[in-house]
Amino acid sequence: MPQSLDRLKESPSQTAGPYVHIGLTPNFVDIRGVFDTDLGSGPLVNDKTRGERIEIRVRIIDGAGAPIKDALVEIWQADADGLHNSPSELRGTADPNFAGWGRLPTGMDTGECVFRTIKPGRVPFRDGRPMAPHVTFWIVARGINIGLHTRMYFGDEEAANAEDPVLARIEHRHRVETLIAPREGDVYTFDVHLQGERETVFFDI
Amino acid sequence: MTMAEGNMLSNRRPETGAFFQRDRTWHPPAFAPGYKSTVLRSPQKALLSLDGTLSEITGPAFGHNLIGELDDDLIHNFAAPGESAIGPRIVVYGRVLDERGKGVPGVLLEVWQANAGGRYRHKRDGYLAALDPNFGGCGRTITGEDGSYSFRTVQPGPYPWPNGPNDWRPAHIHFSVFGHGFAQRLISQFYFEGDPMIWKCPIVRTIPDRAAIETLIATLDMDATIPMDARAYKFDIVLRGRRSSMFENRPEGN
Repeated sequence: MPQSLDRLKESPSQTAGPYVHIGLTPNFVDIRGVFDTDLGSGPLVNDKTRGERIEIRVRIIDGAGAPIKDALVEIWQADADGLHNSPSELRGTADPNFAGWGRLPTGMDTGECVFRTIKPGRVPFRDGRPMAPHVTFWIVARGINIGLHTRMYFGDEEAANAEDPVLARIEHRHRVETLIAPREGDVYTFDVHLQGERETVFFDI
Repeated sequence: MTMAEGNMLSNRRPETGAFFQRDRTWHPPAFAPGYKSTVLRSPQKALLSLDGTLSEITGPAFGHNLIGELDDDLIHNFAAPGESAIGPRIVVYGRVLDERGKGVPGVLLEVWQANAGGRYRHKRDGYLAALDPNFGGCGRTITGEDGSYSFRTVQPGPYPWPNGPNDWRPAHIHFSVFGHGFAQRLISQFYFEGDPMIWKCPIVRTIPDRAAIETLIATLDMDATIPMDARAYKFDIVLRGRRSSMFENRPEGN
């Protein structure tokens, strides 16, 4: 036997289950007084945040075409200049008035959630080419065994989307559309399809 | 949320390497029909594989100032003054490590669970076991410089759930972990040593490898108990490891 690499294995994922709100958004399910607010549930912006105010309306749709009413969605994005508010961001200092992270449950009646944020700037790909503006998504729910990573791109960024190095990796070109949210006014609508003809491109990243 | 207090504990340079490839044979597959809810909620097309970009290598940081005094004490954080939750009192402790075995500091760890009777405080849980007026079922903490954490709670009960006609969940605590990169984001559940219900559970059995399941079982540690108060369970959590640098592999390695 050669020497061991002494690596550990990542803890295996298990579903977040139907009661994920208790842990991550307790006030949403009327567990009051433990945490003041549900972390990440407010607007991502304040009065001083730089950038164009937008809303992202999200639905997670199952294989029967029904919006999921017990999903939890997290987003992560750059600020208006393309910088992340993260210790691992070494290119500069992000807007201190923009954390860039949000977390919302989909509505128990509507199956929808709405993030109030800004349109991010462009972030470089590994080789330095600019990626098109995008928001990183992570989705968990009952029946999802391991959190799903994907991205939302902006429907009014056609030129940037056309040269995006990640979108360029999608072999079946008609599937690129699954990641592009159409704009109406200041609202982008991102429907994530878990299965079927319009299954969203999910990432192993 | 404020910037990075958790990470500023350390003088270490922040790490910016891409993450090791996720071993998808170690995790449960998306489609696992023994757990019926996966049938219509599992992507069926191949995932798009690519090395992490800055959008996944970076991630939000949470400061210790986020955490209230009772956040890590589920016995008391929902209880009326002077009262406490009912059930076997336990301390859960361990470390959050990465796949290289390094402790991960500044990790936000959130937990949730049923009460000692197996009932969740949630409008969608109709199990006939009683709610405990002094138990909410949520807690959180942030790991220390060496990745260590602990919290206090009552051991949750097993409960039946509508999957098969007679399926039961083993006693378990759900946990959510934020590493330093968004690609490390993880939610899972841990179980308790010696529980015969573990091996019968359709959710546990979505994990194909028995050795992988065993890494989700907390170990009774009588040396860490608080005598006349609470027993202790040790549970370590492992997040994805990362390469040394996003742009180059340093010759001295990881």
